[in-house]
Amino acid sequence: MLALLKRDLVLATRAGGGFGLAVAFFLILCALVPFGVGPQTEALRPIAPGILWVGALLSCLLSLDRIFALDHEDGSLDLLATAPLPLEGVVAIKALAHWLTTSLPLIVAAPVFGLLLHLPGNAVPWLVVSLFIGTPALSVLGAFGAAITVGLRRGGLLLSLLVLPLYIPTLIFGTEIVRRGAQDADPVTPILFLGGISAAVVALVPFAAAAALRVNLR
Amino acid sequence: MSIWEYANPVKFMRSSGAILPWVVAGAAVCTIGGVLWGFLTPQDYKQGATVKIVFLHVPAAMMAINIWVMMLVTSLIWLIRRHHVSALAAKAAAPIGAVMTLIALMTGAIWGQPMWGSWWEWDPRLTSFLILFLFYIGYIALWAAVEDPDSAADLTGVLCLVGSVFALLSRYAVLFWNQGLHQGASLSVAPGERMSAVYRYPLYLSMLGFLLLFLALVLIRTRTEIRKRRLVALQAREARA
Repeated sequence: MLALLKRDLVLATRAGGGFGLAVAFFLILCALVPFGVGPQTEALRPIAPGILWVGALLSCLLSLDRIFALDHEDGSLDLLATAPLPLEGVVAIKALAHWLTTSLPLIVAAPVFGLLLHLPGNAVPWLVVSLFIGTPALSVLGAFGAAITVGLRRGGLLLSLLVLPLYIPTLIFGTEIVRRGAQDADPVTPILFLGGISAAVVALVPFAAAAALRVNLR
Repeated sequence: MSIWEYANPVKFMRSSGAILPWVVAGAAVCTIGGVLWGFLTPQDYKQGATVKIVFLHVPAAMMAINIWVMMLVTSLIWLIRRHHVSALAAKAAAPIGAVMTLIALMTGAIWGQPMWGSWWEWDPRLTSFLILFLFYIGYIALWAAVEDPDSAADLTGVLCLVGSVFALLSRYAVLFWNQGLHQGASLSVAPGERMSAVYRYPLYLSMLGFLLLFLALVLIRTRTEIRKRRLVALQAREARA
């Protein structure tokens, strides 16, 4: 399992652009919003939590089809499926690699982008916390979507259509945490909800993703 | 004689062919009757003539949810017992469900404009219907995208399972997200609670009509799917010969 994780990480870093692409996309998105809604602080401040979360979600989406597509093309996915490691484990490791290469840089970069959108300072720790809890669910759900669409031509567009509705609960509770943090309200309830969703997704969805992979490898 | 015998396509074709005219007739009578009867009801003292849209809106909304549940059940049957008719019924039901959701959303908007003064509110109930609509779209798109029919049935079945959990989850997450603006109660038509008998009985008839309408449509579409399958099989045999 560790070998697979290491291989995926090395591939992601050496593939050129894959690693920082999501962060760059996130930055561009955050830079576009003020052009759209106007640069005034009072206009940006209330929508900053939502924009940051939607941005993180879209940047995460961007690299989802890479999770299985490359391995499917060169046949290494078939090898992985016949390896002693259960396919559920492969999915979990792949999702973890995706989280490490995409979501972790996003979490690190998010406070800086919060500055661009005039996110109130007291919300910044909550932004990091909410992303930290919520993004594992995004990666695993994305791996599920990628597993369903892996054999398809033009799977990318379908992938976003399938995955984005599944992201809605995570998005709702994630922004709720940041919004409450910005208003100095108690963010414990949404944190518990988001943690519950993440834990359930990480525990259960790899099984569905593995089932989808088996169908596609048949 | 178990219910599973109806999973045999030949048997299904025979029995569904036998009951189809009755279902179609019943659907026509009940839907047209219910909506017409609803149209002839007196105007509500508060909502005026707009109350009459309820006879389209409520049955459509009811079916939108129930069709997804039916797809969940048929997907489970396919995944567990691999009865082809079951998977094809789920495939046949999805576009009907999407249209029902769309009808519910659109009639709701037409009703909401004079009542609430806006076409769309981010009310929990409305929002969860929009999400349900997105799930239908994704499900239909996945059926269309996968070429091998058995793989398509498997993948959409898995998607339907995961989607059901998340549709439910979104329903409650959305409640949490926008509880302050909750207007759903004005849409509530719990029988015997708010509505007088004048409106209730046509509504029941209309609901029955929509149920039969769905049944008729899903039977017709499933039969078409089975015939399409046969056609493909026949062509494949022809090509081999």
